[in-house]
Amino acid sequence: MANILELVHVSKSFDNEMVLDDLNLEIKENTFMTLLGPSGCGKTTTLRIIGGFTTPDSGKVLFEGRDITNLPPNKRHLNTVFQKYALFPHMNVGDNIAYGLKISGKSKSYIDSKIDYALKLVNMDGYKNRAVTQLSGGQQQRIAIARAIVNEPKVLLLDEPLGALDLKLRQDMQYELIRLKNELGITFIYVTHDQEEALTMSDTVVVMNQGYIQQMGSPENIYNEPENAFVATFIGDSNIIDSIMIHDELVRICGVNFPCVDKGFGVNKPVDVVIRPEDVILDEVGKGQLDGVVTHLIFKGVHYEMEVMAGGFEWLVQSTVLQPVGKEVSLRVDPFNIQIMNKPASEDEEAVVVDV
Amino acid sequence: MSKNKLLSGPYLLFILCGTVIPLLAILYYALVDKNGSFTLRNIASVAEPVHLKALGLSLLLAFICTVICLLLAFPLGLLLRKSGGKNKGFVIFMLILPMWMNFLLRTIAWKVLLQKTGVINSILAALGISNGINIINTPYAVVLGMVYDFLPFMILPIYNVMIKIDNSLVEAAYDLGASSFKVMKDVLLPLSMPGIISGITMTFVPAMTTFAISQILGGGNIYLIGNIIELEFLHGGSRNVGSGLSMVMMVFILISMALLNKFDKNGEGTVI
Ligand SMILES: Nc1ncnc2c1ncn2[C@@H]1O[C@H](COP(=O)(O)OP(=O)(O)O)[C@@H](O)[C@H]1O
Ligand SMILES: [Mg+2]
Repeated sequence: MANILELVHVSKSFDNEMVLDDLNLEIKENTFMTLLGPSGCGKTTTLRIIGGFTTPDSGKVLFEGRDITNLPPNKRHLNTVFQKYALFPHMNVGDNIAYGLKISGKSKSYIDSKIDYALKLVNMDGYKNRAVTQLSGGQQQRIAIARAIVNEPKVLLLDEPLGALDLKLRQDMQYELIRLKNELGITFIYVTHDQEEALTMSDTVVVMNQGYIQQMGSPENIYNEPENAFVATFIGDSNIIDSIMIHDELVRICGVNFPCVDKGFGVNKPVDVVIRPEDVILDEVGKGQLDGVVTHLIFKGVHYEMEVMAGGFEWLVQSTVLQPVGKEVSLRVDPFNIQIMNKPASEDEEAVVVDV
Repeated sequence: MSKNKLLSGPYLLFILCGTVIPLLAILYYALVDKNGSFTLRNIASVAEPVHLKALGLSLLLAFICTVICLLLAFPLGLLLRKSGGKNKGFVIFMLILPMWMNFLLRTIAWKVLLQKTGVINSILAALGISNGINIINTPYAVVLGMVYDFLPFMILPIYNVMIKIDNSLVEAAYDLGASSFKVMKDVLLPLSMPGIISGITMTFVPAMTTFAISQILGGGNIYLIGNIIELEFLHGGSRNVGSGLSMVMMVFILISMALLNKFDKNGEGTVI
């Protein structure tokens, strides 16, 4: 698949504060790509540079290989769904949707059929003559999406489009957006700070922090093989433990040697180890790899969440089997569930962990 | 509830003494003759050629003044919106500054500036331009004075509405392919309408009813409806005819306002 969009060495600062630092990003045609990161990490700025609302200090934006860095937004083949919907309050639903088509000089019959088509697509049949100010947040969002897609953009930019909706509606809209993406067959670039949303919807997730891309990959890849401590913490819960790589396929965690599957980290090298809480198996004392005591217990619905003090580290463990507080247990981790990461080399790379 | 009534008491009293009672008095005088018997002649006197001419001139000059103010204020609003707040406070301060001075003083200052041997012509003469400008005592000078006095009343409401327009609406229009002109015409102009309507009202009404500006800058040659009414009341005319003309003028203003409000679809910001 060809790249539809590329950011090449893009940097941007506001008031001498570096927001994006030498960002490089390739976006394949017809993918659902999500920029994921904590608030203030530069997601919106990246999207605005793609949309043409912000000019980068240096670097280039390529659209189908063509340099569009200095092209104004009204000349770009992309459309944006804004966070606050940005529907024109003085126009009704139909006129909002028709706006882009009128500007490009389409015929009345074409515009009418497009409005009907778009309203059907976003499940808003029959709302053509309503005032936009009378619509609920979720309905306004659908109209904002309809207004963008009738122009048949090759890329749709969405900046936290579900941020203002309540949980249930948000989940419904997530599925609708995936359906829309598949029906339209265009590229979606989606911004969110919600990791669950990102993992649910995307083909490709780009995890950002402090203006840097921390990791880019499929949702499974990001979740199962985080490349650094920031990604591991930001995406779901995890145990991140200071450890020593003894040699290939053997790592010393909390003073105990665990077999693993990673290679190429060197010999006796300090590393970070990530183990997801659902990958820690609890066994009878003495039967696992590392003994400890249960210190906390919470019922989470689907499973129990326990904290186990073992080898000087408080392990987060999820299991459907309850172990009472104070019980002595033993931990075991399968080799392929141990993810080894290099320690950050420089301060810049040292990603600050932010709770969202 | 009763507490609220109590709080609005002074205002209601003021409205009663300052507006309602005088209005009723004018209505009474307009409908009676010198001896106190009912007549419509005071109101019909607007049809006298002198009065019609004054009314027409008032409408014309007020209209021109309003259009000029609008043409100055709207682009300024766009500019202030675009400049993103940095010098906003200062620019607005500069615009309001003249309002701190009594408007009669300001108008008289223009008379001094514009006179045949006044400041402007002296400077022009010193620069070798001998003809100078000779607009004092003409309608041009009156319009100039009106624009100068009433421009802030056009700028402020337009500015207030404009800076509140969410920038994402402007960006959305660009995003959908609109040119700068289209963004202005399709988004900024319609959304500024409440401010524009307010501005037009606050400029047109005082310009329509002024008598001081026309007196000072018109040099006694320019008779607006306000001047006629002033003559009738204060300079040996008939207080009844003055009242009749006032009623007619008020009806004109109310009709203008009603027409304006029809444009203001949102119904907000319909002013005063
Ligand atoms: N127009 C601007 N002027 C000044 N600072 C800005 C501007 N836009 C964004 N920033 C700053 O850039 C940083 C990144 O912002 P943004 O891209 O909006 O982050 P995100 O969308 O990831 O929350 C923030 O610190 C923000 O304050
Ligand atoms: Mg943002």
